[in-house]
Amino acid sequence: MNRHVDPREALSDGDGIAMGEVLLDVRNVSLRFGGVKAISDISFDIRKGEIRAIIGPNGAGKTSMLNVINGFYTPQEGSIVFRGKERQKIAPYEAAASGIARTFQNVALFKGMSTLDNIMAGRTLAMHRNFFWQLLYYGPALREEIANRRKVEEIIDFLEIQHIRKTPVGRLPYGLQKRVELGRALAAEPSLLLLDEPMAGMNLEEKEDMSRFILDVNAQFGTTIALIEHDMGVVMDISDRVVVLDYGRKIGDGTPDEVKSSQDVIDAYLGVSH
Amino acid sequence: MFYREAGQFKTSYAADQQVFPILQDRIGVAVILGIAVFVVPFVANDFFLSAIAIPFLILALATIGLNVLTGYAGQLSLGTGGFMGVGAYACYKLTTIFPDVSIVVHILLSGFAAAAVGMVFGMPSLRIKGLYLAVTTLAAQFFLEWCFIRIPWLYNYNASGAIEVPGREVFGTMVTGASAGSVPRYFTVLAIVILLTVLVKNLLRGRIGRQWMMIRDMDIAAELMGVRPLYAKLSAFAVSSYLCGVAGAMFVFFYLGAAEPSAFSITLSFQVLFMAILGGLGSLVGCFFGAAFIWALPIILRAGPPMIGIPIAAETAFHVTSMIVGALIVTFLILEPHGLARLWQIGKEKLRVWPFPYA
Repeated sequence: MNRHVDPREALSDGDGIAMGEVLLDVRNVSLRFGGVKAISDISFDIRKGEIRAIIGPNGAGKTSMLNVINGFYTPQEGSIVFRGKERQKIAPYEAAASGIARTFQNVALFKGMSTLDNIMAGRTLAMHRNFFWQLLYYGPALREEIANRRKVEEIIDFLEIQHIRKTPVGRLPYGLQKRVELGRALAAEPSLLLLDEPMAGMNLEEKEDMSRFILDVNAQFGTTIALIEHDMGVVMDISDRVVVLDYGRKIGDGTPDEVKSSQDVIDAYLGVSH
Repeated sequence: MFYREAGQFKTSYAADQQVFPILQDRIGVAVILGIAVFVVPFVANDFFLSAIAIPFLILALATIGLNVLTGYAGQLSLGTGGFMGVGAYACYKLTTIFPDVSIVVHILLSGFAAAAVGMVFGMPSLRIKGLYLAVTTLAAQFFLEWCFIRIPWLYNYNASGAIEVPGREVFGTMVTGASAGSVPRYFTVLAIVILLTVLVKNLLRGRIGRQWMMIRDMDIAAELMGVRPLYAKLSAFAVSSYLCGVAGAMFVFFYLGAAEPSAFSITLSFQVLFMAILGGLGSLVGCFFGAAFIWALPIILRAGPPMIGIPIAAETAFHVTSMIVGALIVTFLILEPHGLARLWQIGKEKLRVWPFPYA
């Protein structure tokens, strides 16, 4: 039926924040594990519609930062303002409900389920029919299932994974698993999409595909994206602004060109001569 | 050659999402149901219905209950026997308190008592996983068994400590008690098992079933997709215990006729667990395979050798059964953790591309 829906319309996020305004504001966040300071007093913002890269050497606190944003970790100090609402503590499912989706550094797909079911899983929050309709799988429950299936099929088309629709994801090669995981995050129609090393372990061609998908998601759906990536070529090419972390502190923030020419960043990556 | 979906095109998502998308599967299921309804009760003798078909169906339902919890939601449980017992005792009390209500209603209601108890004992699953959870369900098993012995109200202060099934009618035919024939009992059990299997299948392919599988496969990612672990795990415990409870009630009312607390011991829990493992965790059809296999094996071993002229003592048959089942469990866990259901699936995939080795 209506297969030619404008994707922007189909997957829009009505969060009432204009393009270019601040969508997420991280304010003086500090996170400690016992005596280890993973993040010290970091502040930065993510504006709606941009691709924001978080880079830094290993152990800089990048993944911890994402975990703070989507509620796995609660920071000891500081707060996070998302879509105008300030909060310090949030459960991961509440973060999901407020419009934050993410992918993981090590693929965290549901291995026993098919590609289709995995992406359907991303639509959990869009499905509301109660237990008794679910028992019948008829009427409203069936209509809801099919309406969501249609959205999922749009994502499957978008990511060009039609051929593996019914394949259990455990059997898929790594590159495709990463793509399915992106699809699962997209299925939630997030306002903010967090990507933790979406291109880790990929070859050049797969990286190019993934970069294309990230740019397309951003351009077509207007999704705001924050990504962690180690491939500097990719980061400099696709991101609008970059924040650089080192040992839990922020050492740089700005456009790719500004960051590239910052002495602190160069020192962190190349070391300082003594 | 004949099992091939070539030419069967789906033109709607509804058609693609049906339980049996392949025509040959639908025909196969229809034939099996036809045999179960129109052939078995009229051809089979009383022994086959009472001692094989009825307990097989009931235990298949209990296995589905365990499979919902362990195979789909990933929460290991050893309390199946106890939850079945709760269903049986609840049904017994219901028949005593409301003697005029239909026994089918009682059976279906008694599952709710088991569901409530199951949810209480499912609480620890929010904190602990795997083997440690298995130990807490083991505690549930022993606690419930203790209740069946020590709370005389449950068995109406009966001197023997056992529950005895009263005679009840459905549509004017006796279905429980000593005077009930095997055919009416078989039909009642068959109807309940088919009904509940269909409902469970619907749950499993919808949102709730997906949430269970999400929790099973990757609980952290599931939480991030918006699944609340509390709801997902407790609903799995509730549905699982409901099914076990109904199975337990039917086990007493349609098969045993009278039961002592020892009927719901840990042995029953293990028997159902073996059925789930051998049949295949995470598969509904596997529950039927597993139940049929484990229930029929000792009967075949007892009745088989004398038929071909080899005398075999009852004890020998019993021990040989234990040995074979034990060996099979180990073999399956090593070679095919997904059980008979996986073998069945592989067989179907091979058949689809036959005579070629792959498509």
